[in-house]
Amino acid sequence: MKITMTVNGVERTDEVEPRTLLAHHLREALGLTGTNIGCDTSSCGACTIHVDGQSVKSCTMLAVQADGCAVTTIEGLADGDTLHPMQRCFQQNHGLQCGYCTPGMVMAAVSLLDENPNPTEREVRLGLEGNLCRCTGYHNIVQSVLACAAETSGAAS
Amino acid sequence: MIPAAFDYVRAESADHAIALLAEHGDEAKLLAGGHSLLPLMKLRLASPTVLVDVGRLDDLRFIRDAGDHIAIGALTRHRDLETSELLSSAAPLLHHAAGHVGDPQVRHRGTIGGSLAHADPASDLPAVVLALGGTLVVQGPGGQREIPIGEFYTGFLEADLQPDELLTEIRIPKLDTLGWSFQKFNRRAQDWAIVGVAAVRAEGHHGVGLVNMGSTPLHAGGVVEALHAGATAAQAAERANEGTEPQTDNNATVEYREHLARVLVRRALEESGLS
Ligand SMILES: Cc1cc2nc3c(=O)[nH]c(=O)nc-3n(C[C@H](O)[C@H](O)[C@H](O)COP(=O)(O)OP(=O)(O)OC[C@H]3O[C@@H](n4cnc5c(N)ncnc54)[C@H](O)[C@@H]3O)c2cc1C
Ligand code: FES
Ligand code: FES
Repeated sequence: MKITMTVNGVERTDEVEPRTLLAHHLREALGLTGTNIGCDTSSCGACTIHVDGQSVKSCTMLAVQADGCAVTTIEGLADGDTLHPMQRCFQQNHGLQCGYCTPGMVMAAVSLLDENPNPTEREVRLGLEGNLCRCTGYHNIVQSVLACAAETSGAAS
Repeated sequence: MIPAAFDYVRAESADHAIALLAEHGDEAKLLAGGHSLLPLMKLRLASPTVLVDVGRLDDLRFIRDAGDHIAIGALTRHRDLETSELLSSAAPLLHHAAGHVGDPQVRHRGTIGGSLAHADPASDLPAVVLALGGTLVVQGPGGQREIPIGEFYTGFLEADLQPDELLTEIRIPKLDTLGWSFQKFNRRAQDWAIVGVAAVRAEGHHGVGLVNMGSTPLHAGGVVEALHAGATAAQAAERANEGTEPQTDNNATVEYREHLARVLVRRALEESGLS
């Protein structure tokens, strides 16, 4: 089946089998390997991307379901060489160790702040409950998101 | 994990979806948010040969005030429910519980219609709609019918839905709510409930739904009967296990689930204002 979607701002038309998962399509057909597959059972959130601006687990969505949608992956977040504020806050707050969960964490965190620009620490923890990290113990991830919220909601007001 | 091959058709309207189901018979399955069906298909526990995607039927995505009830389109997502101001005042139990389904990514995709139609005893929303006494509107080739949720569940992952029928709307009666509570017991964030209880107390109405206490979502009939007869929260909670048939699994034994049901029903009744 032929599908067209805008991926990181670029329109892409491809032929896919209906059973192709969006995560596989992004990684294998489009070469966007920043989207990681951790559990493949909808639990870990490593595969989180945005579809029409909202976080989704791309291992639990068919590529054909994203036909006509705007898809953003971790590769589409930075503006050229300038990191997205969330990426920079993860870097500055040591919000990662091995980095495996990081693309999904960052995408989930950006979606979280879109919905709630000024969350409490508890709201950040709840907002990231769909993302597992096996290294950091979450503390610095939460600090990264709070730092980004302080920066971006401050800039907006 | 990749699902077995299937044909994919996107429905353009509710009538189109029903016609496609009629054309393909038992082999076809509706795809709404995909957050129950796709995991099953990836594990090859389900292998429909045709998927009829209703996920884009935006005219079945609404929450509106319909006089004596709130009408909710079957394709309304969990996220729409948890952010609806209308629901937060008219059905606060549903508004709150929707925000506790899975995680934000799941709530961005999953729909109330899919949750109810899937008939999973571990699901949160069926127990909530049971407590609220909702009615389901189902459309098929012969027209529309209405089913009280108390008559909808017939077996494990089975509901009173024909292969060519589409759940279109959920009606939640407007109650004069005096108190409500949602108790979801799990060990890790994001997990499904080991046992859950949804309770609502309103003028002339007591409703208590149970999550994961049998092969279907259950209404705690014994508890409600006791409440109507004037029992206290603690007395009514002693009847939490009437008509239940919980299973032992990795998370809990039968005895532990029965214990949880009693404790959580009592807490839910107390939180909803009963002593
Ligand atoms: C990681 C994860 C965690 C989760 N945690 C929870 C949780 O804590 N609590 C909870 O309650 N749920 C949980 N869920 C399930 C989630 O709520 C699902 O979204 C929901 O159960 C199914 O809705 P759906 O729209 O995704 O349906 P789908 O998966 O698309 O469909 C499910 C079934 O219903 C049928 N169907 C769908 N829509 C209709 C309709 N309109 N008419 C007739 N039949 C229809 C389909 O054919 C299919 O058989 C979780 C899911 C995941 C992946
Ligand atoms: S790979 Fe998608 S949730 Fe883990
Ligand atoms: S940094 Fe290693 S899994 Fe999160």
